[in-house]
Amino acid sequence: MSKLLSMSDAIATLIPDGASVALGLQLEQMIPFAAGHEIIRQKRRGLTLIGPISDILFDQLIAAGCVERVIAAWVGNVMMGSAYNFRRAVEQDGLRVTNLTNFAVALALQAAAMGVPFLPTRTALGSDTALNNEFFTEMESPFHAGDKLHAVRALAPDIAIVHVQRADRNGNAHCWGNFGVMVEAVRAAKRVMIVAEEIVDPEVIASDPNRTMLPGFLVNAVVECPYGAHPSPVQGYYKRDDAFFRQYHEQTKTREESAAWLKRWVYGVNDRRDYMNQLGAGRVEELGVKQHAYAVQTDYGY
Amino acid sequence: MPTAALPPATYTLSELMVAAAAREIRDGEVVFVGMRLPLIAFVVAKRTHAPNAVGLFENGVIRSTPAPELIYTMADPPNILGATQCLDMLGVMSLLQSGRVHLGFLGAAEVDRFGNLNSTEVRGPKGMVRLPGSGGACDIASLAQRYVAVLEHSRQRLPERVSFITSPGNGEGSGWRKRVHLPRGGPSAVITTKAVLRFGEDGEAYLASAHPVSSVEDVIAHTGWKLRVAENVSTTPEPTAEELKAIREYDREGFWTS
Repeated sequence: MSKLLSMSDAIATLIPDGASVALGLQLEQMIPFAAGHEIIRQKRRGLTLIGPISDILFDQLIAAGCVERVIAAWVGNVMMGSAYNFRRAVEQDGLRVTNLTNFAVALALQAAAMGVPFLPTRTALGSDTALNNEFFTEMESPFHAGDKLHAVRALAPDIAIVHVQRADRNGNAHCWGNFGVMVEAVRAAKRVMIVAEEIVDPEVIASDPNRTMLPGFLVNAVVECPYGAHPSPVQGYYKRDDAFFRQYHEQTKTREESAAWLKRWVYGVNDRRDYMNQLGAGRVEELGVKQHAYAVQTDYGY
Repeated sequence: MPTAALPPATYTLSELMVAAAAREIRDGEVVFVGMRLPLIAFVVAKRTHAPNAVGLFENGVIRSTPAPELIYTMADPPNILGATQCLDMLGVMSLLQSGRVHLGFLGAAEVDRFGNLNSTEVRGPKGMVRLPGSGGACDIASLAQRYVAVLEHSRQRLPERVSFITSPGNGEGSGWRKRVHLPRGGPSAVITTKAVLRFGEDGEAYLASAHPVSSVEDVIAHTGWKLRVAENVSTTPEPTAEELKAIREYDREGFWTS
């Protein structure tokens, strides 16, 4: 059965107010900005954002008033440092933040993916990050008396949104590059939404099962959205728009500037096509692949 | 290195810090690279004295060769092209936890007398300043065989005790890491804009070398506790011509090193 939906229908169907949403799971690559912007346009409220590091998408959702809580290891603008709306929301507006570490995010999602209540780890022993934190508790190894560890609590997001290079209409998806915590988040989440640069025939995906990082039976919706990860990069499709991250940093220092930024890039456009038109053909051309670098063919024959 | 150092005016402070960070990498080591300046330090080490170093990135990338062009984040496409392996965070974090990573690099807003790092929040007279958070820093500080921190040098950035331990160093001193059951590791150096600090048997930082632009007195005056000075305190070696070439061929516009 085809799971293809438009971006607006997918967000309307899958993300109610108050949902916990895992985003930015491949770290700085393939961040689902187009999906995040549609969440903002549909004025979702009370969301919990989950992710390892978010780059600037969390900051934009926070600026738009969509967010009640953040469960993450790092929130900012990776190449520039701090993100201003996140800072303001925590320092002035009392945004609730649960601090994790990257490894702890991965373990919390993996525990949920495995159907166990926690996973043990040696990270963050002695760190204040683990104090008064519902995701950490100290435990002793049941096999070795006196071996103290941290237990990291399982975390199952209501929905994981994942950007990939190509998917078929059933939600089987090829992804390459770095995966971060995508695979465990997809297994942990109650629902999964895929945003793909291209929709291809099922035979294309089935031809290379080792590259199929998401099996369709776990996927609830597939959205075709070229350039849906801009300004983050998609390997083989477009590079990172570094200037856009710099400009965001310069253009969102105050609440008023941030509102103007959202008006221009989110509320002022209907969809991703509008957004890319505003970005301009020259910029889009510049971001495109200049030198292809294809992998050798893989023989699955027998 | 046989190459002669250039006079001070011919390199920037960031270039000196990158070269100093690169020299912390020994040939053949497995390095958890981290963000910002260390991204370049790894490249410089690979192109100079440590061609066999292996880089791990928390997004899941493992590299045996430097990225072919400048990267701003570890997930930039040049860091994927030609990588040794591209998988997931749990994979590289598992290598870190099982003790296979020799050295990790970290940034921070604050580092204290015992090498504890804060990148979560700073509480001061004007209230709380929220910082981005741990990312993978706490994991690296907890689990690598040793780590090196890189940051700006000021009394505010180097307080006697950090207000929040994001990434554990030597805690309250010698023996602390063992008491809290950390499996290994701890700080081996702090590279600042003024100096290189190292750590004694008691877990406390001392001044190992001051950069050519800073005197020992200047470093002490800008440190938030009574900083001990090594008997054989030296001047941080200037970047060699070979190191500067590696830095400038990579960071052509000086985004990280101007």
